[in-house]
Amino acid sequence: MPKDSGIGASSKRREDVRFLTGRGRYTADIQLHGQTYAAFARSTHAHARIVSIDTSAAEAMEGVLAVFTGADFAAVGGNPAGWLIQSRNGEAMKEPKRPVLAHGKVRHVGDAYAAVIAETVEIARNAVEALEVEFEELPAIVDMAAAVADSTNRVHDEIADNICYDWGWIEDNRAAVDAAFKAAPHVTSLKLINNRLVPNAMEPRASIGVYDPGTEDYKLYTTSQNPHLTRLLIAAFVMGIPEHKLNVIAPDVGGGFGSKIYHYGEEALVLAASRRIGRPVKWVADRSEAFLTDAHGRDHVTTIELATDKQGNFLALRTETLANVGAYLSNFATVTPTFLHGTLMAGPYKTPLVYVNVKTVFTNTAPVDAYRGAGRPEATYSIERVVDKMCRELGLDPVAVRRQNFIQPDQFPYQTPVGLVYDTGNYGATLDKLMTLGNVSGFEARRAKSAANGKLRGFGLSTWVEACGIAPSALVGALGARVGLYDAATVRVNPTGNISVMVGAHSHGQGHETVFAQIVADKLGIPEANIDIVHGDTSKIPFGMGSYGSRSLAVCGSAMDRALDKVIAKGKKIAAHMLEAAEGDIVFEDGKFSVTGTDKAKTFGEIAFSAYVPHNYPLETLEPGLEETAFYDPANFTYPAGAYGCEVEVDPDTGRVEVVSFTCADDFGNVMNPMIVEGQVHGGVAQGIGQALLEGCTYDDNGQLLSGSYMDYTMPRADDLPMYTVDHSCITPCTHNPLGVKGCGEAGAIGSPPAVVNAVIDALQRGGMTKITHIDMPLTPSRVWAAINA
Amino acid sequence: MTKVTVTVNGKSVSRDVEGRTLLSSFLRDGLGMTGTHIGCDTSQCGACVVHVNGAAVKSCSIFAVDVAGASVKTIEGMANADGSLGVIQQAFQDHHGLQCGFCTPGMVMTTAALLADNPKPTEAEVRHGLEGNICRCTGYHNIVKAVLAASGQDNPAVAAE
Repeated sequence: MPKDSGIGASSKRREDVRFLTGRGRYTADIQLHGQTYAAFARSTHAHARIVSIDTSAAEAMEGVLAVFTGADFAAVGGNPAGWLIQSRNGEAMKEPKRPVLAHGKVRHVGDAYAAVIAETVEIARNAVEALEVEFEELPAIVDMAAAVADSTNRVHDEIADNICYDWGWIEDNRAAVDAAFKAAPHVTSLKLINNRLVPNAMEPRASIGVYDPGTEDYKLYTTSQNPHLTRLLIAAFVMGIPEHKLNVIAPDVGGGFGSKIYHYGEEALVLAASRRIGRPVKWVADRSEAFLTDAHGRDHVTTIELATDKQGNFLALRTETLANVGAYLSNFATVTPTFLHGTLMAGPYKTPLVYVNVKTVFTNTAPVDAYRGAGRPEATYSIERVVDKMCRELGLDPVAVRRQNFIQPDQFPYQTPVGLVYDTGNYGATLDKLMTLGNVSGFEARRAKSAANGKLRGFGLSTWVEACGIAPSALVGALGARVGLYDAATVRVNPTGNISVMVGAHSHGQGHETVFAQIVADKLGIPEANIDIVHGDTSKIPFGMGSYGSRSLAVCGSAMDRALDKVIAKGKKIAAHMLEAAEGDIVFEDGKFSVTGTDKAKTFGEIAFSAYVPHNYPLETLEPGLEETAFYDPANFTYPAGAYGCEVEVDPDTGRVEVVSFTCADDFGNVMNPMIVEGQVHGGVAQGIGQALLEGCTYDDNGQLLSGSYMDYTMPRADDLPMYTVDHSCITPCTHNPLGVKGCGEAGAIGSPPAVVNAVIDALQRGGMTKITHIDMPLTPSRVWAAINA
Repeated sequence: MTKVTVTVNGKSVSRDVEGRTLLSSFLRDGLGMTGTHIGCDTSQCGACVVHVNGAAVKSCSIFAVDVAGASVKTIEGMANADGSLGVIQQAFQDHHGLQCGFCTPGMVMTTAALLADNPKPTEAEVRHGLEGNICRCTGYHNIVKAVLAASGQDNPAVAAE
């Protein structure tokens, strides 16, 4: 029987009621007394020197309150990279300054070089048009290979080859890997592009800065997945505001998918502007600005080689990647193609030797950073595509080959050759589950039916593992992270026994308000309705590192679990006093503290009341009150894994691909709310199918963004996608966090693109087009048609 | 400025508006009804869908002056009289047809018009009917289920899970 509340129940989401009735409160919905509006002047050139900016006409316009240019921020710090990567020759990476407003040069279309504050949005925008700016246009650097080859044209004048770093992982293994390739009976090579994507959270970014001249406090409402990090970056690096004088609030946030992890210059601008004019300053991005300036995702060009014996046993794997970082380093841009990508190159396989090389390249395009999956989709796509290609070259069954190369259940904990130690997993189990759920044995009959309708049907498989629950602080610190990646929670038991839990994780669609309450309810034996989850306000929450990397439950949920343990431990002391028993004899079960072996008991509510009305209370040894905080730093990453199967029909006349079924067998460890977990997988798979078939962020040779609106960038719509079959019954609980959870937010986006592409190649191969071994994403009708008709 | 009188969720309201004021801005900034969301600049995303005289309209693509005298219904008017969720809203909650909630008002309003037009749609008709509304969170699976459930059909796609 499914549970109807607590851990494991598909509790309906409490946040839905406000969202369904129009009572959500997103940043753009907030109207403050005396509010003014910011508009940004954004470069239409990809690369140009700013010769002069004349603001006088704009400043003279009625209703204009202030104009800012890069010169206003020349003295303050820049937005830093969150992670320092060392090149394989031992040199530190290049870290060019990322100013609040461009100063000296603009480096991508959309780069903001000035801002106007005015009484209305319309006046602000008109005033932007009135700025007189002279640019000296420079050649745009768009193609990564060209950027590296031409040292005369530089995105940042001080970086000669446009390379941020040239990273090798693991450098000590390189010679052994090369030797294994030389000796290998078979080598499969594949050059592939992991297409650039725009995250496209449906809520565009927005920020409101509020400065209180009386208290000298700043408040920032902003669309953030990570309000504490935003506060830290603005305070310590960008503006020098004392951290205790800045409150960052991320209210309801309409999706993030990575793009709202980072601090953006607009946030600093509205704060600085509010201080200057003494009124709140609001900025809401339109969708064009979102396309031009939100951190994009992916954009790798990779050559991958797989060495095997003739039976398809993996002997060694080697990759070379150019990763586009765009014009500036977004906060986690440097770690995404390295430690979130190279360390995953073993996949679920026991490949003994792996070497990864990544050169990260500056170009005159928008910054690129973590987007749902962040590095792990790129790794998975490369591995799963080359494995399929190898199977075709050797005439082997792709299911059997994956199975024979899996790390076996008795090999955990498993040390991979790329640095990670997988704690637990059972990759054969999820593959078995997929074969059954997806009725893979019935494929041939379905293929014949498709063929009778003139369609080519194919089946594609992807088996994958990811590293989530980001991340152990000491480990990431040793690898160059400038932050710790623990999380925190405070459990505040109120005198009447209901509970407020302040969590560092931030919910922007994940349903934390529901799921976290389920866990508290389960643990304390009180109704979910008596528990409130508070998130997204740095003035209320002890600290937190936000939500990304499928970390909310695994890290912040663990902190909450620890805080609950402390509450129960203190409750036992209070109960022992009240029940005149030894503390060791008190047991806590079903919301009651009782003396073991007796019927003497106090309810949770009675203990809470006593803590705040301590008339019969051990005051000499115990403080009153019942509120506990825990910080939790994970011992390891978590390793969700799964097997995904996709069936497509290809129309050979038009090249159109239809995904006719998509099946997911996941191992997420313990599942807290199955309904929400399944929803997360659905959304991730849709984004993965979008990447595989529809989405491609495209710049022309001049650095102009060609896919800058929903008329040019193909978002997946309801009629592009099938119903998905999703299963999470294969469970190997995480061994090192108290809830045994692994994380589920990114899995769908990681596992699905190679399954789709493998299915299309399979359909074409089965249709007799045996020369087609690869098509780069997105597999649009024109690309597939061109491959068919080449 | 032009004085515009509109019936919004059954209540008559009058405001002075500029000729260029969009219905979406009129609702959000003029009336403070922020349930109607703005997700794009090109009438593509559908987050701003409301009903004008019963028809689903992207409120970012119509001027406030053009709805003078009309009856406008927004997400704020979709709950039952006692404040409980309406059938469509309840179906979205029951089937987890929303995550971040940003596209949700538009989805609900489009669904209401879709079902008024075609009370017993097939899955394909639902998907086609939602084609003008973008959701980035759900992959549409649970939205489609919610719409089918709201139609009151004993649909296998809903019953399967």
